[in-house]
Amino acid sequence: MNVTTLPPDATSAYPAVSQRALNHLQALEAESIFIFREAVAEFANPVMLYSIGKDSSVLVRLAQKAFHPGRIPFPLLHVDTSYKFPEMIGFRDNYAREIGAKLIVHKNQKALDAGANPFALGTQNCCGFLKTRALLDALEAGGFDAAFGGARRDEEKSRAKERIYSFRDKAGQWDPKNQRPELWNLYNSRLNKGESIRIFPLSNWTELDIWLYIYAEQIPLVPLYFAREREVIVRGQSIILKYDDTHMLPGEKTQRISCRMRSLGCQPCSGAIRSEADTLPKIIEELIAFRRSERENRVIDHDEEGSMESKKREGYF
Amino acid sequence: MATATGTQASTKFQAFLDEHLERELLRFTTAGSVDDGKSTLIGRLLHDTKAVYEDQLASIKQSKVNRAAGPIDFSLLTDGLRAEREQGITIDVAYRYFSTARRKFIIADTPGHEQYTRNMATGASTADLAIVLIDGSKGLLPQSRRHTYIASLLGIPHVVAAINKMDLVEYDEAAYKKISADFLELAQRLGIRNAQIIPLSALKGDNVVAPSAHMPWYKGPTLLEYLETVPLAQAAEERSRNRGSLRFPVQLVARPDANFRGFSGQVASGVLRAGDEVLALPSGRRTRIDSIVTYDGELQEAAVSQPVTVRLKDEIDLSRGEMLVSPDAPPAVSRNFNAKVVWLHADPLQPGRTYLAKHTSRTVRVRATAIHYRVDMHTLEQLPAVQLEMNDIASVNFVSNLPIMFDSYAVNRTMGSMILIDAVTHATVGAVMLERDLGTPSVELVVAPTTQVHPLILARSAKTARSIVQILHARNVPYVLLDDPYIPACSLACATRVAQLAGLAAVYSGEGPSKELMQQIEQFLPQARWIQLPDGPLDEAAFIQRLDQVLHWENGEGKE
Repeated sequence: MNVTTLPPDATSAYPAVSQRALNHLQALEAESIFIFREAVAEFANPVMLYSIGKDSSVLVRLAQKAFHPGRIPFPLLHVDTSYKFPEMIGFRDNYAREIGAKLIVHKNQKALDAGANPFALGTQNCCGFLKTRALLDALEAGGFDAAFGGARRDEEKSRAKERIYSFRDKAGQWDPKNQRPELWNLYNSRLNKGESIRIFPLSNWTELDIWLYIYAEQIPLVPLYFAREREVIVRGQSIILKYDDTHMLPGEKTQRISCRMRSLGCQPCSGAIRSEADTLPKIIEELIAFRRSERENRVIDHDEEGSMESKKREGYF
Repeated sequence: MATATGTQASTKFQAFLDEHLERELLRFTTAGSVDDGKSTLIGRLLHDTKAVYEDQLASIKQSKVNRAAGPIDFSLLTDGLRAEREQGITIDVAYRYFSTARRKFIIADTPGHEQYTRNMATGASTADLAIVLIDGSKGLLPQSRRHTYIASLLGIPHVVAAINKMDLVEYDEAAYKKISADFLELAQRLGIRNAQIIPLSALKGDNVVAPSAHMPWYKGPTLLEYLETVPLAQAAEERSRNRGSLRFPVQLVARPDANFRGFSGQVASGVLRAGDEVLALPSGRRTRIDSIVTYDGELQEAAVSQPVTVRLKDEIDLSRGEMLVSPDAPPAVSRNFNAKVVWLHADPLQPGRTYLAKHTSRTVRVRATAIHYRVDMHTLEQLPAVQLEMNDIASVNFVSNLPIMFDSYAVNRTMGSMILIDAVTHATVGAVMLERDLGTPSVELVVAPTTQVHPLILARSAKTARSIVQILHARNVPYVLLDDPYIPACSLACATRVAQLAGLAAVYSGEGPSKELMQQIEQFLPQARWIQLPDGPLDEAAFIQRLDQVLHWENGEGKE
């Protein structure tokens, strides 16, 4: 028995409105733009964390749309571990200039001078110094009360409960038990001195949405996302791109294979995947056929079960 | 710089891609208790629509915790945080995503424990549809009634009763029919417009994605089919009463240079059209829309949810927190209003305390002046309350320092929703669904006692109360009109007693008092001296006849 208590809305006497319902990308875009505008209206000194990756590129485009015809009214902050791919740095500098955005680059110089690297410290500690600590320092130095980030809830299990406005205490730390309930689109931006908020306008986007949007909007990306024959080292399950300064283990040889990066991080910790996808439609086709989550080729999440949750508690984005 | 175009992709895939771009978005929430198998249902939906990535599935297979009897514990897909994985309960709203060729779905997965009303309200606030899980082997329990009530309170347009665990009752049609009838009765009572009932087994996969071979007697859609085809809320909202009445709250004034001044925001209802006349609130100035600007070019019109920047014909004063509306159908502009409140915080809501309130893009200060009643979440009865505890749902009157421009929540969720923020800790403490404008508070008093009998008149609406007051006035009966935010239903006994002592008839405009209150009042004023009016327009002749009866009762002339 298929029961409906009252005649469904579908049988309405009203004529169709001229405007169609927004499709899912328009709906996601509208939500993100709304969030950007709310935050800029209510925070004194916001900043965007810019990682140069595809999610950051989408974030930048949404910010451009939110404040058109004006420029993006906050700086982009890149936390540079100094282990980023050279293509990323080149892209970052060109793109920021092209869109007229103010770019802040921050490094944990003290840790780098002391020789911090993932081989000596292990990935958890290395991220701790060069990403988490560097980020917290940069936010404090800039006096930022809000920071936009490109994190999505579909990326990792502990993020499924993340708020769009994620509250951080005076130490920049995230307490999963002490987050504010978020109802409708009414975001609570009230802070006491020293507290801050991380804002995730892409919370409800999935990896597929990001790619579809990049395709629909023709958003510029770092070339590493597109497959090309590249010089690499195959190390266990990982494919490591070979640069002049790449740390090689005894007995390792380079080879040329067609590959691309699925997500961009630091050189030593981001592996490439074998791929022929050299256009956006091919990448999307590959993604749909793939059915493997994108963080898999990042070493950090697999260190221990729930490792992202531990990092977030400490202040990792 | 690599900008790629799709020229090299296969035509077949290109068609697939373009189809994907046109998918709609449906947000739904799920409510059920720990034992109803809610996490298993979501896990099943994600799994059977292939939304779960293989490596995530592998990590669940490896997980030490497995509460399910089967090889894969689907509920682990949705339990995010380590603490709750250990405790085996879901303690916060988790958002999940999956898509099919037709739609993209956002699931707000909320826990069903009764102490977590606030979480369900949070998940429900943005949902177009709610799935209420019912254990088919247990029937419609009080917890399912609570979940359905919260879904109706938060104005979710579509409610699905998913009767789960049909495998435990051997897919028995009679069991389904019984629960079905109970649920429909409840849905009707709560005014839920679209209710759908689907028998299924999340564990075995019956009627979740694929139709069940075990229930040939069920001819309706599977859960996924229903989710893919149900008409979207937005379409429903556009057909609602205020369709065409523009509401455009200003989020931000855009002034990139001296030549451009625009107002950025998102259309909350109606259609914004270039050339249309608009009214700015609260200033009351009128002007016309000059142009609608977006990054993707100028638009002739913008509909609900579209983010745009508008330029106006005249240089009027307008800023964030103000609003452009249709001049012929403006919203209420008020400092006194009544609302339903879900209290979210451990510190109770207390009448007299001041809170920050965010409504659209406007933040004001409000004071709760009176709690009309609180809803008992076990019986759904209305009870008196002096303060609200966490997870309480209540009817509350507020006054604000500045007016807000609102429509009732039932008409428009964006225009009728508000959050309360603690002025000191800045925690989000309350979710508010605005109901009605109370106008200017009034206590009317005529002191000229001419009779010894002072009845209590329960008018049940402000309109009826005002008509009655005119009749009393004309007949020289002294009265006090109890239509005031400081006199909530729970203090009615006290207020009536004071009126008695002062020698006045008491006219109460609110809804009928609870049984408990009626008993209290009866202790000093027998029911024979009450006049209880029915719902609907006032029958003046009948009222006057009854009034005369009551007034003369003391003198032995009454017929009671």
